[in-house]
Amino acid sequence: MGVGESNKLGKVPEKSPLALHSEAAINALDDAGLQLSDVDALFTAGWSTLDVAEYLGIEPRYTDSTSVGGSSFVIHVAHALAAIAAGYCEVALITHGQSGRSDRAPIPRNPGTPMAQFEAPYGILGPPVSYAMAARRYMHQYGEDRTRQAMAEIAISTRKWANLNPMAYFKDVPATFDDYHNSRWVAWPFHLLDCCLVTDAGAAIVITTPERARDAKNGSVSILGAGEGHDHSGISQMPDLTRAFGRNTGPQALEMAGVTHSDIDLAMVYDSFTYTVLVSLENLGFCGPGEGPDFVADQRTAPGGYFPLNTNGGGLSYTHPGMYGIFTVVEAARQLRGQAGERQLDDCNLAVAHGTGGLLSSTGTVVLGSN
Amino acid sequence: MTNSTPKPQPVPQPETDRYWEGLKKEEIWLQRSKATGKFQFYPREIAVSDPHSGAAGIEWVQASGNAELFTFAIVHAAPHMGFVGDVPYITALVQLEEDVIVPTNIVGVDPEPENFQIGMALKPVFEHSDDGETLLKFTPA
Repeated sequence: MGVGESNKLGKVPEKSPLALHSEAAINALDDAGLQLSDVDALFTAGWSTLDVAEYLGIEPRYTDSTSVGGSSFVIHVAHALAAIAAGYCEVALITHGQSGRSDRAPIPRNPGTPMAQFEAPYGILGPPVSYAMAARRYMHQYGEDRTRQAMAEIAISTRKWANLNPMAYFKDVPATFDDYHNSRWVAWPFHLLDCCLVTDAGAAIVITTPERARDAKNGSVSILGAGEGHDHSGISQMPDLTRAFGRNTGPQALEMAGVTHSDIDLAMVYDSFTYTVLVSLENLGFCGPGEGPDFVADQRTAPGGYFPLNTNGGGLSYTHPGMYGIFTVVEAARQLRGQAGERQLDDCNLAVAHGTGGLLSSTGTVVLGSN
Repeated sequence: MTNSTPKPQPVPQPETDRYWEGLKKEEIWLQRSKATGKFQFYPREIAVSDPHSGAAGIEWVQASGNAELFTFAIVHAAPHMGFVGDVPYITALVQLEEDVIVPTNIVGVDPEPENFQIGMALKPVFEHSDDGETLLKFTPA
């Protein structure tokens, strides 16, 4: 298994989204010691695999453009696992490239969706507004002050990890609790520091058979368990604003891997917003409903803390081009292979990567193990 | 500063025409399953609580308009150029007496968090447009 990012993350106006796909793809293949000509399966989201394959000049015999938001790439990992196990392909390439920051070719919206018809006319548009309404409901159920404190804890601990990652947007920008509370409102109850970055970035993952993975240039990891699914599209249709679909995908992935929560050394949890992390930790079963604020208290998720979380600095402080999910898998693989530099964890053998897509709509969870 | 970018407008679909036509007359019409008695929002060609009866399993019922605040946000950064002139504005999910959740705006209240309590009683405000659909907003009852 190989992983890679585009050469630059952050502000990269000189690269198109497809160029970010291709740069990351080559980096991931180099990491695996494979050639583009070895690839026989292509997975992507946001773009059609038709466009990405044509741009790369490859002819995949297995193709999957499942696009259910930023979780899609985690779901692709599970799909690649199944396709390889079924004998449809041997070398699967998952690519991502998005110019969220420079945005030369934004994805058009479909006015025929119920979301466009019933939510958008009221200015319920884009992730911050929807996630903010979910967070406000959580505050009502579980306490406003302790929820606020939890969101601040997550923002600050994630920034501390970013300060250790040379590729992070906020590598050299520390943040304090005062900075959190003083940052401007985006959509109350969200401060600016509750919200992910908007960057240009690409990433890619190569997945192959256990036999071929033995030759991987920089080592490999095993995919031990997976789960995927969704329960709504627009936020007004979410069955419970405090329980996302990770309530199913987390337990399923752990059970498939035959491990329990206490076995997990690293949690890579998509952090589109601080609230996304809070609710995801509960949904995945690391703690019970309403217990998230205690679980993340006192910087327990920061470097040196009891529960390493989002060690790349996350979507909050490392990079977030729009559909960030793939980066959770990239970082998990690096930690499991012992190649995470200054932020490397001791004894990291089991990791969970968890993507959330749309408006808390879809989730994909994988459990990865060191080889 | 004038706000020249239009807001996104609803594009009614065949199964939702009746809802939007109702709002123009200041009436809220909802779908209910004949078999289960459950209301649903938004209108569909299928009752999600009784999917196999098809369109014949659905009846339209006028809602009371009584509602309470389920959750809200105060939007400070406009998510679309059409809303730049409106910030800060209130988005909300409100729970109608008929037990459906409706996405909307709260109007007639200063946009400060302390002015909103989850569960506060609301009543409808119909915001008409000369050339488009009527929007259903809410204000404290």
